[in-house]
Amino acid sequence: MDMFQIVLDELSARPVFWFLSIIMLVSGFMVVTLKNIFHSAIYLILCLFSVAGIFILLEAEFLAAAQVLIYVGAVAILMIFAIMLSTNVSGKKTMTTQNGLPVAIISAVFALGTIALVIMTKLNIVMRGSDGFISKGLWIGEKGQLPTENIMLIGKYLMTEYMLPFEVISVLLLASMIGAIALARNERS
Amino acid sequence: MIAVGITVALKEILASFGLSGGLLSVVTYAILASATFGLLSVLALFLVWWERKIAGHMQQRFGPMRNGWHGWYQTLVDGLKLLQKEDVRVATRDKVVFFWAPVMCFIAAFAAYIVIPFGDGLIVADLNIGILYIMAITTFTVISLLMAGWGSNNKYALLGGMRSAAQVVSYEVPMVASILVVVLYAGSLSTVDIVNSQAGNFLNWNIFRVPYGPLAFLTYLVAAIAEANRTPFDLAEAEQELVAGFNIEYSGMKFAMFFLAEFINLFTVSAIAVILFFGGWHGFEFIPSFVWFFLKTFAVVFLLIMIRWTYPRMRVDQLMEFAWKFLVPLTFLNIIIAAIFKHFGWYWEL
Repeated sequence: MDMFQIVLDELSARPVFWFLSIIMLVSGFMVVTLKNIFHSAIYLILCLFSVAGIFILLEAEFLAAAQVLIYVGAVAILMIFAIMLSTNVSGKKTMTTQNGLPVAIISAVFALGTIALVIMTKLNIVMRGSDGFISKGLWIGEKGQLPTENIMLIGKYLMTEYMLPFEVISVLLLASMIGAIALARNERS
Repeated sequence: MIAVGITVALKEILASFGLSGGLLSVVTYAILASATFGLLSVLALFLVWWERKIAGHMQQRFGPMRNGWHGWYQTLVDGLKLLQKEDVRVATRDKVVFFWAPVMCFIAAFAAYIVIPFGDGLIVADLNIGILYIMAITTFTVISLLMAGWGSNNKYALLGGMRSAAQVVSYEVPMVASILVVVLYAGSLSTVDIVNSQAGNFLNWNIFRVPYGPLAFLTYLVAAIAEANRTPFDLAEAEQELVAGFNIEYSGMKFAMFFLAEFINLFTVSAIAVILFFGGWHGFEFIPSFVWFFLKTFAVVFLLIMIRWTYPRMRVDQLMEFAWKFLVPLTFLNIIIAAIFKHFGWYWEL
């Protein structure tokens, strides 16, 4: 657990970390096991919110706010919205089915593998040392090595070094949005 | 997180009692949270009474008059009544969701006050994501309304919850876009930094300093009314169509929690307007800073109450068209214009 050593040297941080992790794991487990799809969605929100809490613990406040704003505020709400609409149409309770086990195992293995790969290759991120020098280095660092004004740095790097990926993602989102609208229009006519 | 003003002072006092480390932080923030909770509860009681009085006078009547001078403790009596009432629970409800919806609404309403500065140094914590934090945490209000709509197992409640979700998701876009104009000029998301960037003369207030500041304020105000679910955007509880909307099955204390949260949200959006556009706690030096903050915020609250009792409710389709076809392009255009003005320095510095 080296990477959490950055913040865990503070006395109050360790119990908070365990508390958040347990909530996250339990609610994540509930999301995939519960039959009632609305309850699953609520537990998903709890899970995403505790991830935001861990981001706060890692002093990545912007990431935490973005997590809540985008995943809880937009994605989860739209999911609940879709659940409500579908129940209204069919007139009976919507339940989750769990017959996609092989696919689930494959995707879980792939996701875990990706995360493990990222950790093992020690992803390069932008960091600023205590002397104010900005450098690209390992993401496991000592306390005080992380940039304190992370919002400004994120903004700066999104507009300079990571401009192209940023724009590519924007175009991708735009394309999917137009695609969704086109699909919805076709269905109606 | 930067501890400022009152937090530092309180920590020093507690440290002199021999507290230290994690326990010191926990006790400090517990005391601050309780103080904020108490203040806001009293404030919500006052706002309910104030709205009823203003509504009364706007409609050529007196409003509450019976309890105390001009009915000043009417809300207190109403609260006691709600406390004693039977907690009616529908048999077909979704038990857990039904219970947690008002709790979540209440918590979300209070959580925003971590970063709202009531005066110079009178803030719980100066987060560097300040305004973004408020935007993030207030989305839990929508989820609570959705939960209430679903948990009640009532078609009117469900419709109310769905309407509120669609509305808030739509109006969040112009709201954030209006806020961004101010953030562009303040150069920070922290509420304290935004207020401090407007120090000195009242001409430094963002509504005057930022080009098209009044436009940003207006678009913010419209989006804020929609976010607070108030007329002309109160489709979530449209009485004539949905009986009471999402809170139809709630009674007693659970209803009171929704009701109080609504008024706290009203104060929150007004306080954010003051922080963003009217210089927060700044004013003439000889009056304490928190007095200025409350004076300005109550002025905005007064404006919002007057709007509520003046305009009729919009139709659902009008509501969506107005957000996506008018407000969103307008606020985006405003950001571009503000960025151009900022780039060429066509505004006055402090």
